[in-house]
Amino acid sequence: MVTIDDYQGQVTAWCPGCGDFGILQALKKALVDLKLEPHQVLIVSGIGQASKLPHYMKCNTFNGLHGRILPVATGAKIANQELVVIGVGGDGDNYGEGGNHFLHTIRRNIDITLLVHNNRVYGLTKGQASPTSDPGFISKVQPQGVISSSFNALSLAISLHASFVSRSWSGDIDHLSWLIKEAVQHKGFSLIDILQPCITFNKKNTYRWYKERIYKLAEEYDPANRLAAFKKAEEWGDKIPIGIFYREKKPTFADQLFGLKKGPLFRQRLDPSQVMPLLETLS
Amino acid sequence: MSVDFTLKIGGEAGQGMQTIGYALSKTFARSGFHLFANQDYMSRIRGGHNFFQIRVKEEPVYASSEEVDILIALDKATVEMHRPELKEKGVIIFDGEHIDISGEPSHLLSVPLERLAREEGGNKLFSNSVAVGGALGILAYQFDILAQVLKEVFVKRGEEIVENNIKAARAGYDFMQKNYKDFCLSPLRSGRSDKKMLISGNEALSLGAMAAGCKFMSAYPMTPSTGIITYLAGKAKQCGLVAEQAEDEIAAINMAIGASFAGVRAMVATSGGGFSLMVEALGLAGMTETPLVIIEAQRSGPSTGLPTRTAQGDLEFVLHASQGEFPRAIFAPATVEDAFWSVVKAFNVAEKYQVPVIIMSDQHLADSYLTCKKFDVSKVKIERGIISDAELAKIKDYKRHRFTQSGISPRALPSQEGRIVITDSDEHDEEGHLSEDLEIANKMAQKRLKKRQGLASEIEPPKVYPHENTEIVLIGWGSTYGALREALDVLINKGMDVSLMHFQEIWPFPAQFVSSILSKAKKSFCVENNATGQLAHIIRAETGKEVTAKILKFDGRPFSWQYIIRELKKGGKRWSL
Repeated sequence: MVTIDDYQGQVTAWCPGCGDFGILQALKKALVDLKLEPHQVLIVSGIGQASKLPHYMKCNTFNGLHGRILPVATGAKIANQELVVIGVGGDGDNYGEGGNHFLHTIRRNIDITLLVHNNRVYGLTKGQASPTSDPGFISKVQPQGVISSSFNALSLAISLHASFVSRSWSGDIDHLSWLIKEAVQHKGFSLIDILQPCITFNKKNTYRWYKERIYKLAEEYDPANRLAAFKKAEEWGDKIPIGIFYREKKPTFADQLFGLKKGPLFRQRLDPSQVMPLLETLS
Repeated sequence: MSVDFTLKIGGEAGQGMQTIGYALSKTFARSGFHLFANQDYMSRIRGGHNFFQIRVKEEPVYASSEEVDILIALDKATVEMHRPELKEKGVIIFDGEHIDISGEPSHLLSVPLERLAREEGGNKLFSNSVAVGGALGILAYQFDILAQVLKEVFVKRGEEIVENNIKAARAGYDFMQKNYKDFCLSPLRSGRSDKKMLISGNEALSLGAMAAGCKFMSAYPMTPSTGIITYLAGKAKQCGLVAEQAEDEIAAINMAIGASFAGVRAMVATSGGGFSLMVEALGLAGMTETPLVIIEAQRSGPSTGLPTRTAQGDLEFVLHASQGEFPRAIFAPATVEDAFWSVVKAFNVAEKYQVPVIIMSDQHLADSYLTCKKFDVSKVKIERGIISDAELAKIKDYKRHRFTQSGISPRALPSQEGRIVITDSDEHDEEGHLSEDLEIANKMAQKRLKKRQGLASEIEPPKVYPHENTEIVLIGWGSTYGALREALDVLINKGMDVSLMHFQEIWPFPAQFVSSILSKAKKSFCVENNATGQLAHIIRAETGKEVTAKILKFDGRPFSWQYIIRELKKGGKRWSL
């Protein structure tokens, strides 16, 4: 029987009080609840404080480059569909440097779960604006305040027909671990945008700030309704909804690949003689 | 006299030169001739000037020639541009009803290409088939072989298209035999009957990957590498592989790294611009010790450069690409046949040493067709370098990046039960967790670099033709082999004491071997399709020896053997750029 202790990792290097701790705890809880063993799980992360997370767990880990979580996760999932593949990284990783991959991974609907630690600021590089920072956010690099508009990952994902679009926050471990379970079990690409405070560099979006605003989507909310999902995704300010915004049932990328009809790629026998009939056609 | 003639088809993009040139090549190859065909095309879909050139010989042929026997001109520009290449007895086939050409009538064979195409095929689009039939008419070549090949080439487009193409070609053939009897040669027949393949560089690279068991390939379309993903995607179902068009080259290489990490043989193919985007992830493969095969099909640079033209300008870039230091191997197949085997070897080397292996192709190799004996697939050996479940069970405390004598750590796959596999782009400890410990950093860098020793032992030294100990040594690498080999045969025939040292595997650099060859030569000439002599630079860095002179070409066009001989007579260039 798998327990939380099986997922015990290295000593953390995060700031005490960081929202990342809640996410780590919720992820471990979700995997244990799903009865997944560490060898069945692959976490792919990028670079940033959030992307250090797999080191503080214990499971298969590919800690790659900044912004490149999704292509690595995509390649790994195509090679071995039996792995539960989870991408972990921050808002800079996924919405900034990796923005193009975010768009196209959604389009592919590859069966992976993406956890975006969205603290609306760059932590590891010390306090610059992130794509999700509010206009007017002041930092040493944006001394006059952010000019660009804020990146709304949920609206964007819904517009691309992402098959699972959700949000939670690091201050509610039960909600977040429930959501991770739903996302992992969902067949297709699942986005969880996780709001979290950065106690060192984001003095505005604090625990308290979130706690006063966050509410759960009502039980009667229908995540199959795309227009309603857009409406909820645009809600921000005094009230911030969390939960599953949009869910669409559709075949996954791997389900449809010709090349996978013969079973998982990594199990296929390598047979040089399969080129012989092809060589025949060349004469 | 033995057969050696060149046929060139020129026209605008969109006139179907590639298809018809291929059909014609296949027609000659099928009855036992050797041939080499190369393509020259512009970066556009319609218009401009393109050509497809075929050199047919009874003996093995390695490169094209500057001299043309039969020029098929589908437009006026072709006549104007290529007339000077015509041999004394060469002929031009053109449509006199549409193109007005003056000059010696003896060379000009006017054929109503469009009219016959309309009459026989019902559409002027079949003009190229009329022209090709006409060329075969001059050669009095067996028409039925062409008819069969046209059938195979156009079968997917339906019976009517097949029939119309054959009718059009037949009309051209008959017209020539009837109207230009004096020009028609005695029937061309090959004395050989051995079955050969007609295969392009990109096809050979793709088939090599498939034979080696490549199961995942990703790319972003970029000339001249696109043919590789096109070929593999077409065989995905049949052979159980995935060829994914990524959103950009960064995604392509990261996907391949993910797939390789998860246990399949993975490859990317691109050109210099795309490779530039891949460079950070090249370092990722080096750091995480994830096997990876990269095909870099060079074209002229810098930047977009000449997008459809050939070059060897990326060697030093590929050699040094990425921040930091890690081992890599660089191959440069010399011929279409080598291209197949170099990919097979690249996968074994990549997995055995857990390193990226880069194969340097170029437009000339990628798009050229060569006849060769069918590859002996039984010689393909697959060495994975992944530890088995049984071996893994014996390891109590599995660490993905364990320190070892050879520098090669045991490679398990994620999902092997009871073990987990961890790796990191950050410097990491043996387990794979990020670490900033200085002792670990030192040992880990050394561990990775230790693999160079084993890697070096895998490298084939350059081939020396015909033998060592000559006064003059020509040096080349990659796709220039054909032109160099042809030049060499001519020079040796003239009595020159000369040999060729040609690299097919460049890195780790076989310094000792190269040094010994150069020590014995009085003069050495490095021949490269670039402006600065990059291999010559590497030779100097690795052996301390400077070549006498360089013969360079960087106009996007391949070398011809004639060009090499002319430049050699001038003594080569001494460049100080």
